Amino acid sequence: MSQAMWSAVFGRLNLGSLDFLKGILYPSMNDMILSGAAWLVIVGAVVTLALLTRYRLWGPLWSKWLVSVDHKRIGVMYIAVALVMLLRGTIEGVLMKVQQADGLHGGFLSANHFGQLFSTHGTIMIFFMAMPFLTGLINIVVPLQIGARDVRFPMLNSFSLGLTVAGAMLVMISLVFGEFSTGGWTGYPPYTEASFQPGAGPDYWIWSLALTGLGSTLTGINFVVTILKERAPGMTLMRMPLFTWNAFCTSVLMVFAMPPLTVATMMLAADRYLGFHFFTNALGGNMMNYANLFWLFGHPEVYILILPAFGVFAEVISTFSGKRLYGYHTLVIATMAIGFLSFGVWLHHFFTMGQEANVNAVFGIATMLIGIPTGIKIYDWMATMYLGRIRFSVPMVYSLAFMVLFVIGGLTGIILANPPVDFEVHNTLFLVAHFHNMLIPGTLFGMLAGYTYWFPKVFGFRLNDRWGYAAAFCWIVGFILAFMPLYPLGLMGMTRRTVSYTNPAYQPWLVVAGLGGLIVTLALASMVMQILVSVRDREKTRDIGGDPWNARTLEWATPSPVPAYNFPVIPHIHALDPFAVAKEAGFGYQEPVSYSDIHLPGDTWVGIITAVFGTALGFGLVWYMWWLAILSLAVLAVTLVARGLLGDRHSVTISAAEVRRQYQAWLEEVRTVTPVTRALEWDPRNHGVAANEYFQEAAE
Amino acid sequence: MTVIASTPGMSLVADHAHEHDPAASALSGFWLFMMSDLIIFGLMFATYLTMLKPMSFAGGPTPKDLFDLPGAAMETAALLTSTFTFGMASLAIKYDLGVRRVMFWMVVTLALGLVFLGFEVHEFMHMFAAGAVPQRSGFLSAFFGLVPLHGLHVTAGSIWLVLMLIQIGRTGLTETSKSRIARLALFWHFLDLIWVGIFSVVYLGGLA
Repeated sequence: MSQAMWSAVFGRLNLGSLDFLKGILYPSMNDMILSGAAWLVIVGAVVTLALLTRYRLWGPLWSKWLVSVDHKRIGVMYIAVALVMLLRGTIEGVLMKVQQADGLHGGFLSANHFGQLFSTHGTIMIFFMAMPFLTGLINIVVPLQIGARDVRFPMLNSFSLGLTVAGAMLVMISLVFGEFSTGGWTGYPPYTEASFQPGAGPDYWIWSLALTGLGSTLTGINFVVTILKERAPGMTLMRMPLFTWNAFCTSVLMVFAMPPLTVATMMLAADRYLGFHFFTNALGGNMMNYANLFWLFGHPEVYILILPAFGVFAEVISTFSGKRLYGYHTLVIATMAIGFLSFGVWLHHFFTMGQEANVNAVFGIATMLIGIPTGIKIYDWMATMYLGRIRFSVPMVYSLAFMVLFVIGGLTGIILANPPVDFEVHNTLFLVAHFHNMLIPGTLFGMLAGYTYWFPKVFGFRLNDRWGYAAAFCWIVGFILAFMPLYPLGLMGMTRRTVSYTNPAYQPWLVVAGLGGLIVTLALASMVMQILVSVRDREKTRDIGGDPWNARTLEWATPSPVPAYNFPVIPHIHALDPFAVAKEAGFGYQEPVSYSDIHLPGDTWVGIITAVFGTALGFGLVWYMWWLAILSLAVLAVTLVARGLLGDRHSVTISAAEVRRQYQAWLEEVRTVTPVTRALEWDPRNHGVAANEYFQEAAE
Repeated sequence: MTVIASTPGMSLVADHAHEHDPAASALSGFWLFMMSDLIIFGLMFATYLTMLKPMSFAGGPTPKDLFDLPGAAMETAALLTSTFTFGMASLAIKYDLGVRRVMFWMVVTLALGLVFLGFEVHEFMHMFAAGAVPQRSGFLSAFFGLVPLHGLHVTAGSIWLVLMLIQIGRTGLTETSKSRIARLALFWHFLDLIWVGIFSVVYLGGLA
C-alpha cells in the first residue's frame, strides 16, 4: 500500500501507534505496563462480547437498555460507565503512588508515561467517573422525587448519554492506539499546542472533553426544565427534597459552566488543527485567555461535582437519623448561594499568574465566602443527627467520614484561598492533597453512599452490607493514608506531577501514601465482591415494599424495581417529606381512586448511534482520518434530522386496566410482608416494608 | 375531592386538570440552550476584545486595514430585514393566514439569510486575498473565531428553515411544527441580536 493511500485511509495512524505491541518490542517495565493496559482493554472488550454472546444477552441488552429512554435505565447505564472508569482511574492513581514511593532517583515508570497517567487519571476521574456517576444518580432519582413520569426530553437524555459514552470510549481507545496527552487534566497551552505535543495525545483529550461537555450541557438543560416544569401537583419548590434542589443547582451550573469548556477546547483545537493563534507563544497568542476560560468552567465544575453529593448526604443523614432535615430552608439557600458564588472565584486557580494584588485579594475573599454556606450545611446535618434514631448503615458511614474529612479539606481550602499562602504552596502536593481531600470524601463518598442507598430502589434487592462496610472502611483508611502525607510533603516543597525526586526526606511519606493506594485497591476489590455477593443473595434481600430504610421522600413510595411509568397515577403532594408524613398517618400504601391510561415515550436508536458514531468521529479527528470524521458527522446529522422529521413513532400506551392490575398485585404482595423496625434494616427479614415506630414508641 | 386532598403527605388521585403544556416547556428548554449559546458568544467577544491590541496584531493587519463599513452595513441590512420577515411568518401563524403565507415569508427569510451569508463569504475571501488569514495573528484568530461562528449559526438556521419548509409542506401546520417554528424564530432573532453586537463591537468599534 502506498504511503499516500495509507494516509488517506488511516491518517497518521501507523504500526508505532499500537501500544499493545510495545511491551513485546521493547520489554522494559515501563512498556510492559503500557502494553499490559492495552491488552487489558482488548481482552476486557473481547471477554465482555463473548459473555454477552454466550449467555444470549444481546437481545435484552439492546431492547431493554441501549435503546431505552427510561430515565432509570439511562441512569444505570451512566453509573455503569462511571464504575468502569472508576476502576481504571483508581488503578492509575495507585500506579502513580507506587511509582512515587519507589521514585527516589528513578522508579519504574518513564516521565512520559507518568505524564499520561496523571492526565488520564484526572480527566477520567472528573469527566468520566464523577460526572457520569452524579448524572446517573440525578437521572434515576430526580423524576421519582418530584413525581414525574420521566424527564422532559427523554430522547435528548439518551443522546447525552451517547455523547458521554463516546468521550469515555475515546479515552479507553487511547490506551490501545497511540498515547494520551501529558498536559494534565487542565490541558494548559502552550504545552498542549502542536509545537510541543504534535502527537495524538492532546487531541484525544480535546475531543473526549468536547463530546462529553456537550452531553453535560444538554443534560443540564434537560434537568432544569424537568425540575421546573414536570413537578407533580403540590410539589412546590420548597417541598422539593434536598437532593432535587442540589440536582437543580448542578443542572443550572452545567448549562452555564460547560460552554466555557467548549470554547476553550475548540480554540485549542483551532490552534492545533488549523494553525490559529489563540494560545500560542508566537504571533500574538495569549495563554492567559485559556487559563481564564478553562477555570470559568473549572470552578463551577467543582460545585457540579460536589452539590449532588451534598444532596445525597442530606437524604442519607435525614433517613438514617429518622428525622426530617434540620434547617431545610437554610440548606436550600446555602445550596443556591454556593451555586451563585461558584462563578466568582475562578481566578484563585492561578493567583500566581500575574494579576495585581488587589484582584487576587478580591478573589481570595470571594473564595473564603464559600466556606460560609458550606459550613451552614455541615451544622444542619449535625443538627439533623442530634437526638435522631441513627443507624450506622453503609451510606451513613460514608456520610460521617465525609463530614469529618471534608471539614479538614475545607479548612486547607481556606488556607489556599489566601494569596500569599498560595504563592508558597502552589503547584505542590499540598494542593493535590487539598483537592483530593474535597473530591474523595465529598464527591466519591457521596456517590458511593447514593449508590448503596438507592440500589434497592432500582434493582429490587439490597446490596450486601458486609462487603459494603469493608469497601467503605478501606476507602476511608486508604484515603487518609494516601493523601494526608501529601500535606507535609507539599509544605516540604515537593511539586505535584513529579515522577521522581532526589530528596530522600520525601520517601517515607510517599511510602505511606503508596500503602494507602494499596488499601484503596482493596476497597475496589470489596466493591466488586459486593456486587457478586449481592447478586447471588438477591432473593434473600429482596425489597418488595420499596421502602427498605423507612425513608421520607416520594421515590420510596413506589415499588422496587420501579415500573417504567414510575407512578400508577401522578401523586398530589401536601407536605415536605410527603411519604414520611403519609406513613406516620397510616397512609403509606394508598390505592388510587381511579386509574387512567399512561403514555410513555418510545425507544430510540439515537443514543446508541450517537455513542458509536460519536466515538468514530472523535477517532477520525484524532488520527486525521478525515473520511471517517465526515462520515460519522453525516450519520449523526442525518439521524437527528430524521428523528426530528419522523418524530417518536414507537410511543407506548399502557392501559388503565393494566396499570391497575400491576399496582394491585404489588399492594397484595406488600400485605404479605411483615414490616420491620429500623433495628432490623440489614437483617434478611427486611423486605422493604417499614414498621411505624413513631406510634409504637408513643404507645409504649 | 376535599376528603382526598386532606390525606396527610400525599394522595394518589388521577387528575386530568394537571396537564403539562409540551410546547411551553420545549420553548423553555430552548431558552436555556440559547442562554448557554450566549455564553459561548460572550466568551468569543471577550476573547476578541482582549486580542484587540498591538501585541495580538503581531505586526499584521489591524481593524482599520481590514474592515469596510458599506459591506458590513449591507450584511446588517439583510439580516435585520430577515428578522422582520420572520416576524411576518410568525404573525401569519398567529392569525391563521394559511400555510402558503407562512411559507412565503419563510422563503423570503431564507433568501435574506443566504444573501447575508453570501456577503459574509465574499468579505472573508477579500480578507484572505489580502493575506488576512486566521493563521496570521492572534487578533485575526479571534476575529475568525467570532464572526464565522455567527455565520455558522446562520447556516444552521438556514438548514433548519429548509427542514421546516419541508415539514410544513408535507404535513401542514401541526402543533409540532408550529412549536418548532416558534423556536426557530427565537433562534433567528437571537442571531440578529448577536449580529448587532458584532456590528457594533467589531466593525463600528474597529473603525472608530
